[in-house]
Amino acid sequence: MKSAVVLLPGLNRDRDMIAALTKISGKPPVTVWQTETEIPDVDLIVIPGGFSYGDYLRCGAIGARKPVMQAVAEKAKKGVPVIGVCNGFQILLEAGLLPGALMRNKSLKFVCREVKLSVANANTLFTRNYAPGQVIRAPVAHHDGNFFADAETLARIEGEGRVVFRYAENTNPNGSINDIAGIMNASGNVLGLMPHPEDLIEAAHGGIDGRGLFESALGIAA
Amino acid sequence: MIKARVTVTLKNGVLDPQGKAIEGALGTLGFSGVGQVRQGKVFDVQLEGTDTAKAETDLKAMCEKLLANTVIENYSVTLT
Repeated sequence: MKSAVVLLPGLNRDRDMIAALTKISGKPPVTVWQTETEIPDVDLIVIPGGFSYGDYLRCGAIGARKPVMQAVAEKAKKGVPVIGVCNGFQILLEAGLLPGALMRNKSLKFVCREVKLSVANANTLFTRNYAPGQVIRAPVAHHDGNFFADAETLARIEGEGRVVFRYAENTNPNGSINDIAGIMNASGNVLGLMPHPEDLIEAAHGGIDGRGLFESALGIAA
Repeated sequence: MIKARVTVTLKNGVLDPQGKAIEGALGTLGFSGVGQVRQGKVFDVQLEGTDTAKAETDLKAMCEKLLANTVIENYSVTLT
């Protein structure tokens, strides 16, 4: 299975993401720099976390306007699975590939800890290897993860089953509306989430709870 | 040369934790009677040329495409 990782200046979770994808898919992902206008044929595109462009203007705002994101949008339109984690989620929102916005955490603090996630929809490209309602562990590390959408948008994404992950067991770290931790687009091939599943994919990490997400997306049987 | 000021503010109903914190700090400093504080952004933009109609159109497009996130923010443009 072939994957690609998008690189922008200021992202800092790319190495762990590349390591995770290499271990799970059996081969290293190709990396695609921000100025590139085409992405090779791959089975999965991932935008990792970090602080692209120093979070200037708004988190993800500058990165979302770089040429590579036009290429990501074209691939997404063709149905290629895309995952944005943390800053990657912020970039997907700013690029208009997902609805809503991520605001400053309600506590105003940078939050770095482990949370519990429930699989709100297990019937997706990204969660088919999990059980419905399954609760998994995942680390979060962010300052702006407070998901917001207007009432109409919120009703639509909830009604269409597009909330993929929710913070569970009172671990909502940022004040996100409806405990939303991850959402997908209408066609179900673009996922954004704040937690870092790439940090829990092998025993040495202390758990493999995040592995199912990448295996699902890459079509690897559980 | 045309000079413009773009003001970006949060829409009503969007929670503003930073504004809330500033509100609290003003109270701590002894300023009583502060009802609400909402934090926003100001951009001072210089544009070449003298066509103010074009400048306004361009500035509006800049707001829509980059300066504001219209999911959560309103903007206004003033030529100065």
